[in-house]
Amino acid sequence: MLDFKNGKINLSHGSGGRNMAKLIDELFLKSFDNELLNQRNDQALFTATSGKMVMSTDGHVVSPIFFPGGDIGSLSVHGTVNDVAVAGAKPLYLSAGFIIEEGYPLADLKKIVESMAAASRKAGVPIVTGDTKIVEKGKGDGVFITTTGIGVLLRDDLQISGNNAKVGDKILINGFIGDHGISILSKRENLGFESTIKSDSAALHKLIEKMVEAVPEINVMRDPTRGGVAATLNEICQLSNVGAILEEANLPIRIEVLAACELLGLDPLHSANEGKVITICPAEKAEILLTAMRSHPLGKDAKIIGEIIEDDDNHVQIRTEYGGTRLLPWPAEEQLPRIC
Amino acid sequence: MTKIKYLHEFQDKDLVLNLLKKIREEAKPEIQYNFMEFCGGHTHTIFRYGFPELLPKNVRMVHGPGCPVCVLPANRIDGAINLLKKYPNLILCTYGDMMRVPGNSGKNFLKFKAEGANIKMVYSPMDALLLAEKNPEKQVVFMAIGFETTTPATAFIIKQAAQKNLKNFFVYCQHVLTPPAIGHILEAPQIREIDTVEIHGFIGPGHVSAVIGTQPFEYFAEEFQKPVAVTGFAPLDILQGILMLIKQVNENKFEVENQYNRAVTRTGNLKSQEIVSEVFQLREKFEWRGLGTIPYSALKIREQYASFDAEKQFEFKIPTENEHKGCECGAILRGAKTPLDCKLFGKICTPENPIGSCMVSSEGACSAYFQYGIKK
Repeated sequence: MLDFKNGKINLSHGSGGRNMAKLIDELFLKSFDNELLNQRNDQALFTATSGKMVMSTDGHVVSPIFFPGGDIGSLSVHGTVNDVAVAGAKPLYLSAGFIIEEGYPLADLKKIVESMAAASRKAGVPIVTGDTKIVEKGKGDGVFITTTGIGVLLRDDLQISGNNAKVGDKILINGFIGDHGISILSKRENLGFESTIKSDSAALHKLIEKMVEAVPEINVMRDPTRGGVAATLNEICQLSNVGAILEEANLPIRIEVLAACELLGLDPLHSANEGKVITICPAEKAEILLTAMRSHPLGKDAKIIGEIIEDDDNHVQIRTEYGGTRLLPWPAEEQLPRIC
Repeated sequence: MTKIKYLHEFQDKDLVLNLLKKIREEAKPEIQYNFMEFCGGHTHTIFRYGFPELLPKNVRMVHGPGCPVCVLPANRIDGAINLLKKYPNLILCTYGDMMRVPGNSGKNFLKFKAEGANIKMVYSPMDALLLAEKNPEKQVVFMAIGFETTTPATAFIIKQAAQKNLKNFFVYCQHVLTPPAIGHILEAPQIREIDTVEIHGFIGPGHVSAVIGTQPFEYFAEEFQKPVAVTGFAPLDILQGILMLIKQVNENKFEVENQYNRAVTRTGNLKSQEIVSEVFQLREKFEWRGLGTIPYSALKIREQYASFDAEKQFEFKIPTENEHKGCECGAILRGAKTPLDCKLFGKICTPENPIGSCMVSSEGACSAYFQYGIKK
């Protein structure tokens, strides 16, 4: 048996020998436990579904590995489930590739894997194949996890794409902005800064299923992760060759997040989210979509935050509460590396 | 974290709209009001809330040089890079804002770090001190920068380092002073003689004044007959400050008013002043980017603490300053030009690739113009 109390990862855990088999059996198979993985092949074998397939991959290098509201394990499930789901798809299977640094405590690895397994079970999306590599001490930083997801479009007639925003469309978000980035920041040891803010890390596919069911005419869906709402909206405006204007008064931002940003000189709209989806739909469908979003726990704080306008410069603007306007630029730099 | 008050309270929409109305009523159409906000934090708020389009046309805000990153001459960056090249065992710590400032070579700390240099971003000088304690085999240099607001913290860690008898901790000091810079602007020929822009009053720096008090500004008010309103950084603060200045101009007064009385007193924070004067003394002269050499406008570490002074303990070259020829940062920092007058602005000089210092920090006028899309 592996010593999950005091043991540490060493190079033999990735060497292909008996120790590696032990790690796979006693940790990964036991935690992820599903039919496809239990076949113990180097690949998962399943029948292709009819319909349009969607695939996405995401590497996770978050630091710290454990943060308020989640850890790298649950994040690596949510991140990829969401990337598949925002196409308007039902995620089916995940794969997971681990890169672990020599000397990493087995107890922590177990915590991560169990949290990943719990997130995958809760989402109903099994991890069906995987890989583990160990790198020498100093050549990694604890644990990195890459997950790939595969899914199928909820309806074949969906036209959800970053280049599909139309002038007059409304912009919606399913809840509070910026929580993940600020929660990570509050745990960075050198900031000496504490908060009660938790990451919003969550799998959004069930919410998205409800949204697509209510309004199949959704034009754009994206999850505003790195670079936050600002980067995502600027991306969409550029891809669709339009502009956007947000109403500052309607932006759902927690007072704690605002206060932290004020203190540290950051903009909540540049702060990362891991459980949010920006959705753009025709104006006449916006209220229906909003009702559908609010009927799901992950959308209860949903708001219409702005609209798509004509603009050859593809700018994102904000109308302040006082009636002035300003641009919401692309984040110029990475304020905080390794937030996801 | 306890909930911070003083956030929404000072952004209240009705109060802001009411103040804007009062400003419109008070500003006489026949008078042009040009007010300089010295501090970059004020510049940022003014753009963040879209004030330029909300203020009456004849009330113009001129953006001053109060962003320490913006006024730091590029050769001080080159100096730090030379220091790292010469002493490879050394770790340089500095604030995040400094990372993207290009030296005269065009290289900034980020690029230099990617090439393997040991540069660490810190949020507090205390982190640099802790790093030195944790790594006794390394030499740790903190590149200190800032106006009077950040100086006490630097003074404090130098004293701490002395108490702990640390032999591997040093400070590369770029601390500068507000009053000499304001004096220099008021005396600058560009402003007095050529009269590109006449300044009728100052929004005084709030955080600086929390340390030095409002008293140092009394001299300017009297000598140059310009009103000063020391002001906080929230939307209501700034608008109230502007209203104070308009009233003073209308009444032909030139007094120092303290709008920010929840943080600022006439005499300031005496404890901070004491520790600063214990550790630092005036530099005979210091070069400011865009403003040139200003006598007695910066601080250096006192002889008593010389063993912590990187400029004394290491031999490294600070080359002569060599600014980009097309760059208008100088005139912009004096308030004589706006970013839109610069040929490089938004074309080859952008926040991702800043040529001039005003584009680097989010408090710089060019960056604010670019970020918030100010057009002619």
